[in-house]
Amino acid sequence: MSKPIIATASLAGCFGCHMSVLDIDDRILTLIDLVEFHKSPIDDIKTFSKICDVGLIEGGCCNSENVETLREFRKNCKVLVSVGECAIMGGLPAMRNGIPVKDCLEEAYLHCPTVDPADRMIPNDPELPIILDKVYPCHEVVKIDAFLPGCPPSAELIWKALVALVEGKPLDLTYDLVKFD
Amino acid sequence: MSKIKFTVDGKACIGTPGQTIMEAALANGVYIPALCRYEGLKPAGSCRICTVRVGGRPMAACTQPVSEGMAVENMSQELEDMRKALVEMLFVEGNHMCPTCEKSGNCELQALAYRYQMLVPRFPYQFPARSVEPTGGRLLFEYNRCIQCLRCVRSVKTKDGKAVFGPLGRSEKKKIGMDKELASKLSDKDAREAMDRCPVGALLKKEVGFVIPIGKRKFDKTPIGSDVGKTAS
Amino acid sequence: MPKQGIIKTILARHKKDKSRLIEIVRDVQSALGWVPPAAVAEIAEALNVSKVDVEGVATFYHFFSGAPAGRYAVYLNDNFVAGMKGRAEIAAAFEKEAKCRFGETTADGLIGLHATSCIGMNDQEPSAIINGVVFTKLTKAKVKQIVAAMKAGRDMARLVTTCGDGANQSKLVRAMVTNNIRKKGPVILAPFKPGEAIRRAVTWTPEDVIAEIKRSNLLGRGGAGFPTGLKWDFCVQSQADRHYVVCNADEGEPGTFKDRVILTEQAHLLFEGMAVAGYAVGAKEGILYLRAEYAYLKNHLEHVLEALRKKAIIGRNAGGKKGFIFDIEIKMGAGAYICGEESALLESAEGKRGEPRDRPPFPVTYGYLGYPTTVNNIETLCAAARILAKGAGWFKTLGTAKSAGTKLLSVSGDCRKPGVYEVEFGLSLQKLLEMVGGRDAQAVQVGGPSGTCVSRGQFERRIGFEDLPTGGSIIVIGPHRDMFDVVHNFMDFFIEESCGWCAPCRVGNSLLKRKLEKIMSGKGTIRDLSDLESWGRIIKTMSRCGLGQTSPNPILTTLQNFRHLYESKVRHDTDFVTEFDLKAAVHAASGVTGQKLTEAHHE
Repeated sequence: MSKPIIATASLAGCFGCHMSVLDIDDRILTLIDLVEFHKSPIDDIKTFSKICDVGLIEGGCCNSENVETLREFRKNCKVLVSVGECAIMGGLPAMRNGIPVKDCLEEAYLHCPTVDPADRMIPNDPELPIILDKVYPCHEVVKIDAFLPGCPPSAELIWKALVALVEGKPLDLTYDLVKFD
Repeated sequence: MSKIKFTVDGKACIGTPGQTIMEAALANGVYIPALCRYEGLKPAGSCRICTVRVGGRPMAACTQPVSEGMAVENMSQELEDMRKALVEMLFVEGNHMCPTCEKSGNCELQALAYRYQMLVPRFPYQFPARSVEPTGGRLLFEYNRCIQCLRCVRSVKTKDGKAVFGPLGRSEKKKIGMDKELASKLSDKDAREAMDRCPVGALLKKEVGFVIPIGKRKFDKTPIGSDVGKTAS
Repeated sequence: MPKQGIIKTILARHKKDKSRLIEIVRDVQSALGWVPPAAVAEIAEALNVSKVDVEGVATFYHFFSGAPAGRYAVYLNDNFVAGMKGRAEIAAAFEKEAKCRFGETTADGLIGLHATSCIGMNDQEPSAIINGVVFTKLTKAKVKQIVAAMKAGRDMARLVTTCGDGANQSKLVRAMVTNNIRKKGPVILAPFKPGEAIRRAVTWTPEDVIAEIKRSNLLGRGGAGFPTGLKWDFCVQSQADRHYVVCNADEGEPGTFKDRVILTEQAHLLFEGMAVAGYAVGAKEGILYLRAEYAYLKNHLEHVLEALRKKAIIGRNAGGKKGFIFDIEIKMGAGAYICGEESALLESAEGKRGEPRDRPPFPVTYGYLGYPTTVNNIETLCAAARILAKGAGWFKTLGTAKSAGTKLLSVSGDCRKPGVYEVEFGLSLQKLLEMVGGRDAQAVQVGGPSGTCVSRGQFERRIGFEDLPTGGSIIVIGPHRDMFDVVHNFMDFFIEESCGWCAPCRVGNSLLKRKLEKIMSGKGTIRDLSDLESWGRIIKTMSRCGLGQTSPNPILTTLQNFRHLYESKVRHDTDFVTEFDLKAAVHAASGVTGQKLTEAHHE
């Protein structure tokens, strides 16, 4: 049997969850023996060329590009996992969710005291992704199959979850593994 | 004093007249999950997490008096799932950004979520627009995190007995009001106690934070309720 | 504006009595059109309480406002039956004429437009309360006339040119409200000679009076059906130096209005029932807790009380018994459905937020101001008076074995003859529908939103505690109505009326409604239906009081009785449909930056 294929992406996240994957230390060597990484910032593969077994999503959806990426992952991954608080509930970026997007943009690019008066404009290049009205948890946009909470989820949780997913076994969550901070 | 015989999930327990199911259960080393309850305060029955069944009827253990012959159903799968649902409701009702919260690790709402291994709430996040009220003297009120347990309403009073906090409005718009004038007169000790009583990170004492690092806090290693029954025979 | 003086006067009028806080706030509201922060501070200072205590009360009730409500404050009923009868058109007419939206007040502070929960006029919708005056059967032309009168500064009472029937015409009422009594029965609506009950009662011992009520099998008419005799017995057995009788005149269940008719036409019967209860439980004082929506009846009721005092039916030597004193005070609500729950009612009567208490202790041991109190429905007390007059044996010949007597039904909706019907228990819905001219109904909502939605196939079911218990609200739903609209309106009602104390009711009902909306929008799945069911069960099981314990009923009973409607609304080919809409989600930012979604953005 060929090795299970994993893809990862960071949407509106800080890459902390990806860092946590690296935190499994030397077990990453075991992991590489066990699985094949496909589209992921870890190996810099940018496009899907095959269907993956597991997709790991860090970050929620804060702009149109995040939505596109997430939908692409959903299409190309058999099992899709929300990894970390931002993917699960929007996290830090979602602190803007109670504020109208217009006010956010104006505060960030026009009124904020640290903005250079010469640069006072809201970015509007058509190439730029469009900001959403709020940050959406991934499972409100596409179907998500599993959730790994934490900020970031501990290396231990990620390791156990990956092993469980790859081996198709139920995930045994001990008390110390489920943490939101 | 006369004794009351009752059972919790089949375990024989002894209570005394005047005790609630909660008090009697705790005295017998039996943990009933709870959130708005606070030792020494009049029970409010607002979170409903301590709901148990007696003769099939649901009732809040924190307010219901224990009585002779009661067969209390506590840890059934059905009740535990409903309790978990209540925890999830409170998570989606407010904006609980655990990673940014001073109370993370000491938070009782979070601790219950850990206990129930809540990976994601079954309900959609509401993302309500809420504010932070910074002008309460030594206290600040982080409304994003308030779960309306009424602990502050029940306990924080001025010397002459006036309420510093009280419920305002009703329905989903209900919130806890703070009399800023009275709050600003609270002593350092009062403010500290108010913060400690708050089960979440809604009432915070200013100018202190993250004294104990994340990972070494109350519920980081030990599930909520673990202390119950430790001292009982 | 001599605000300072006004509030001082109001405080003095109520003797700075904390238990009269609602009356104080009510007077401030009516004097100033709102309860400004300065008034809150002044009241708090005078009563020696915290400002949050006063603000808590001032923000709890519909008819108090923390912002100017308008010198003319329009409270337009927004229940489902009003909607059936053209409420949307009337609301639009108000907005057009007043040039202001609902939920707002005109810039000059003249007119405020507010939606409110059922005001007890379902048989004459659309209806509104404006500055205490009830307007029924509103039309666009009438709205035009009303708003013109407001602009001319006229007294709203002067717009009442034609009064309704019966006591609605009396000088003290002068309301355009009609009674619409369609069927009189022998217990409640039959003629009653003042004194018939109490004069007989006082010749017996209180124990014998209670025994007679017990023998009659009278069950509480609010809908829950607790045996009245037993309640009185519990109350009298609670040792205390005072006992109270409280009459629950806060019928707030959407679709009920029969208590309004009793208060208008049979108040003497009610008050005599209270006197009988007072004699039975050893109370000297009775309280009529009157819903704010019926404030227009207060003077009339005071007048009836005064007449009964003169006849020594209440007051000193009540019923002609030397030394028996029983008098009745009217306490006003301020707009809150939850205050129909007896312990919330008591809190409200004590001048507090109408939040239910934890029970036990029950009101019979710890009631008004902590004293043993029997809280009874208007109709129950009327029935008690009649039982004393005519005997328990006679009473039991009416109705069924388990549900003795008659029931007043408030019938409204898609029927030709809406109004009040006094029928014997045991009547089938089919017979009732024939009586009211609603034969082609697809559903009948029995007992209001908190009751049961019965579908056409089950119209043989009968009104009574053994089958369909009801406080009296009957809403006939015609074949052309969308049942989802009915359910949605009812959920809105519960969300609005939840006191917010406990989490499942405060949070759960909104989540339930959101799920319902997902299904209504065609984005639901079979999984969403099972979520509705299980979430509804969680709210019912975990809520603190009857409101939360029944609030999922509109969804749960229609899921049960109209399953096919839900099944036909949801997708069967997938278990996940997102509500996320990329186009809608970028709309706000696009408006700011001018960016557009490209083809690539679409799937």
